[in-house]
Amino acid sequence: MMELARTVLDSRKAPDARRAAREFVAQAGRDAAFQLEACVNCGQCADACHFHLVTGDPRHAPIYKLRPMLKAYQREAAPFSSVKKALGLAPPELTAEELREWSELVYDSCNLCGRCTLVCPMGIDIAGLVRLAREGMAAGGFAPADLYKAAERALDTGSPIGVRWPALKRQIELQEQETGLHVPVDAEGAEYMVVLTSIEIMGFAEIIGALARIFRQAGATWTIPSAGFEATNVGVQMGSSDVAAELLSRIVGAAERLKVKCVISPECGHAYSALRWEGPNLLGRRYGFEVVQIAELLDRFVREGRLRLRGKDARRLTFHDPCQLVRRGGLTEAPRRLMDGVSANLVEMPGSGAASFCCGGGGGVSAIHRAEGLRFAAFECKKQQIEATGAEALVTACGNCRNVLEEAIEHYGMTLPVLGLTELVAQYLEPETRAG
Amino acid sequence: MELLQFARGPALWASLAVLVAGSLWRVVGILRLGTTPDLSEPRSTRLLAGAMHGIFARMIPRKEFRHRGKLGVWNGYVYHLGLAVIVFGYLPHIHFAERLTGLAWPPLPGPVVYLCAGLTFVSLFIALMERLSDPVRRLLSGFDDYFSWFVVVLPLATGMIAIHQSTAPGAAPAPPLDPLPLAIHLLSVELLFLWLPFGKLAHAFLVFASRGVTGAALTRKGAAL
Repeated sequence: MMELARTVLDSRKAPDARRAAREFVAQAGRDAAFQLEACVNCGQCADACHFHLVTGDPRHAPIYKLRPMLKAYQREAAPFSSVKKALGLAPPELTAEELREWSELVYDSCNLCGRCTLVCPMGIDIAGLVRLAREGMAAGGFAPADLYKAAERALDTGSPIGVRWPALKRQIELQEQETGLHVPVDAEGAEYMVVLTSIEIMGFAEIIGALARIFRQAGATWTIPSAGFEATNVGVQMGSSDVAAELLSRIVGAAERLKVKCVISPECGHAYSALRWEGPNLLGRRYGFEVVQIAELLDRFVREGRLRLRGKDARRLTFHDPCQLVRRGGLTEAPRRLMDGVSANLVEMPGSGAASFCCGGGGGVSAIHRAEGLRFAAFECKKQQIEATGAEALVTACGNCRNVLEEAIEHYGMTLPVLGLTELVAQYLEPETRAG
Repeated sequence: MELLQFARGPALWASLAVLVAGSLWRVVGILRLGTTPDLSEPRSTRLLAGAMHGIFARMIPRKEFRHRGKLGVWNGYVYHLGLAVIVFGYLPHIHFAERLTGLAWPPLPGPVVYLCAGLTFVSLFIALMERLSDPVRRLLSGFDDYFSWFVVVLPLATGMIAIHQSTAPGAAPAPPLDPLPLAIHLLSVELLFLWLPFGKLAHAFLVFASRGVTGAALTRKGAAL
């Protein structure tokens, strides 16, 4: 698996349009083909895409981003393709120049947020197809250099930004000092295994202390693995199933080694997609454990009475829906029930829930340096939604969203704290009456 | 052989054969690409219901997207419904279907159908204008889109001419229609039959698969449709 993953990384050294085309065709299975064939070029997806809405660039129409994949499919695999080729009516072969141009469209200007999928009258899962198209781009060597580098670091160190176990160990120790609670590491037989993202470890390490308090009150056993703790999956973002599978196998290996019943997907949208939905398919087998997103678990604990909340935040709060959790992951209600439990003044954004705008940094865009200007521009849509609420603080359930939102808020000179949902819930836990 | 006989006979059957065989070829060609089972634990197993929900839910834009009120969105309803009224509600078309299949149903009043034909004609031209003037749709559109538009408009235009030719001023249109305009109308319909399986008009049947696939996939995750 590791060798295959390395092969994808090597592809950037010698970009090859034919290799990309072969992978586009390989990705166009039955379901994808039905969708590629059904498009009537109505352009409604453009009106759902924040990149198109802010730039007005017709090339940002989501379905247009699939053109190379569509052409490769129509040339090689679509019904009548052999007849069309014989008659000279098939699309021409893809060129490296064309794919370099499309790299910006497939990566920089797509968060895989799925708003386009929601609006398409033909029911085409455009975001899902872009995810498949990225497989071709990455295999051909046309993914952004930043994502190849992040993948390389992830394969080498376990983390896309190079966070290793000693760094996490240090953060755990600091949180143990802060909370006075023990954070179990490599505890075999624990009910829950928590994995984290590098962003959380380095930027929002308080979440570790929050989890310690949550699990103590819930009376559940838990652990963090010293190997396989990184949930970020750059393979899914860049579009390399081989890289994604290798990174996932480390988490799955840790869960199986520690014999846990459940792996907790952290506050990270794409990590949830990778672990919960893509993982078993990438590894080619079902898991022997359950995967639950942290908001889902907290909601479960609260409803079972295992977590007791006391007091509420009086500020005017609004919740930003991480696309991969809510629109693409089906977790709309759990975070809202939690928010209702801890907020006395929750105000929903216009179009909140399934139709909410992305923060602009999802789908790996926040890791692409050249896309920074476009990302900030795209935030304009989210900004309008936030400002319509008059909120005093923004809450979300994704570390990447949180990071991106904080950067964009600073960029636009706004003054709005961004809070993590797990930490907020931990803050309003009923105080324990006995030592843990 | 008279042109009308040709249009009603060999041309009709040949075009219908291409329509059926081409459509089957296209669907089977996609089905043969195969799929792999999804191994992730589903949040819902009601996939058939999800597919059906997907098919019907996408007939109307979600409320979050309605406020944009784009002309193309609402105009699409006008010509789709208009074409349905003309094809299934006009008495001569019902007679035509009865000759082919033995099935008949009550027609709509002629004036209703003529009004729909006029509206549909205008609506299709608005659709073309929008495709040509909207930067996104212009970028996305190619020969297939424009030719598909043409083969839809042509039967409508020839049908209106056929009716007009046989109508005395002030009188209601009634059969028998003049043979030549009728033959041209039939041939234009047959051109539509010939093209439908191969171009964008195949969305007439592919839409159900596309919506169904996505409906089932999103339902599996418990996500909104």
